Amino acid sequence: MNAPAPIGLLAELTHRCPLRCPYCSNPLELDRRSAELDTETWQRVLSEAAALGVLHVHLSGGEPTARADVVAITAHCARVGLYSNLITSGVGGALAKLDALAEAGLDHVQLSIQSADAANGERIGGLVNAQAQKMAFAERVTALGLPLTLNAVIHRGNIDEVERIIDLAVRLGAKRLEVAHTQYYGWAYANRAALMPAKADVDRSIRTVEAARKALEGQLVIDLVVPDYYAAYPKACAGGWGRRLMNVTPSGRVLPCHAAETIPGLAFWSVRERSLAEIWVSSPAFAAFRGTDWMPEPCRSCDRKERDWGGCRCQALALTGDAAATDPACSLSPHHARIGALAAAEAGAGEAPPYVYRTIGGADAKERTEAGVAAAALP
Amino acid sequence: MSDALSLSDVPRLPRGVRLRFDEVRSAHVLLAPERAFDLDAVAAEVLSLVDGSRSVGDIIDALAAKYAEDRAVIEGDVVAMLSDLAKKRVLDR
Repeated sequence: MNAPAPIGLLAELTHRCPLRCPYCSNPLELDRRSAELDTETWQRVLSEAAALGVLHVHLSGGEPTARADVVAITAHCARVGLYSNLITSGVGGALAKLDALAEAGLDHVQLSIQSADAANGERIGGLVNAQAQKMAFAERVTALGLPLTLNAVIHRGNIDEVERIIDLAVRLGAKRLEVAHTQYYGWAYANRAALMPAKADVDRSIRTVEAARKALEGQLVIDLVVPDYYAAYPKACAGGWGRRLMNVTPSGRVLPCHAAETIPGLAFWSVRERSLAEIWVSSPAFAAFRGTDWMPEPCRSCDRKERDWGGCRCQALALTGDAAATDPACSLSPHHARIGALAAAEAGAGEAPPYVYRTIGGADAKERTEAGVAAAALP
Repeated sequence: MSDALSLSDVPRLPRGVRLRFDEVRSAHVLLAPERAFDLDAVAAEVLSLVDGSRSVGDIIDALAAKYAEDRAVIEGDVVAMLSDLAKKRVLDR
């Protein structure tokens, strides 16, 4: 199967982060600082990415500004012509590095917010005084003339705030807002019962976004990520496996998507040993689900197979036990009705269970997390 | 704010939006936050004239002087394209 050139690279510079969001997209097993790639290796990887055809680099984490060399890495993106996007929490050392990042040629900032409300945001993110830091950070982004996107992950704990989050984005001078319903992998999967919103609330949030898009046309672009469990068709995860995106982990493993390591039996090559181009073209992990040849029914004969590429492999594994199955988010999957019923049952439980906050290497947390996963597993 | 651009508007690409030639795909591309617009040769030429000093009218004049196409047709295409990009927040006026 021929591989078209990738357009985007998610560079997870570190898993360290001051926030502890219970829906973090990082894996449950977080890389430690001692395992992180050094500056020179990241710069080599970025040069290779540009040569391979990557256009956008998303400097992410964890919190990317937790790396002392984030400015040097950003400057290297500018040097090799890559469009750099900083995906940040805006807390900790982020503000202190922002001017230098702008000076180094940073193109765009995506700032996460957990809530429109400080107390609720700090409960969700697990960090006191986070909201004031985020507001100060956002103000400095626009003062520097950098384009600002706000990203709000939506779940049971903030789904009533969508209108206020839109107002906040306007007030902060953002050009874009991502209203991103939680995707249930990693920490979010472990916390699913605490995060899953009710269908009626989801529908209302979508109507709110649609009305705001009209009212704010030309002022604020709103991108909406709808929740899989209530969807009729799956999303084209990462634009299709091994088609558009690559993800480099803090320690250098190269993945087709950030959750791919949950799939057993896939060997992920590392930039420590191989070039990005070799990994993109020849890595067995990228080849495993690239294209359509791997597909079972009902995907194989479906006329949508090159639109959604079978949906998400990690979700198929988590919900059916088979990474090669049709994503159960699809109404054509035999598991679809069960998934919807599961979501409704979790959302309908009177009181949401407490969050299992994200943490690096805590044995206690890991134990609880695995218990959470077991409790969430399907019958 | 989302009205079509007029001939006297002076469009410019804001910070965070860049016109680039993509050597791997041999095509021009407009890079913007979280998205990339594939550009054909005509669209790339229009955007290469967007420099923060030329008005929409100036851009149309430059294209009309170069191509045999009817000016009204050029005007319609240029205004529609630039207005669409403004609506998507990747072009300022």
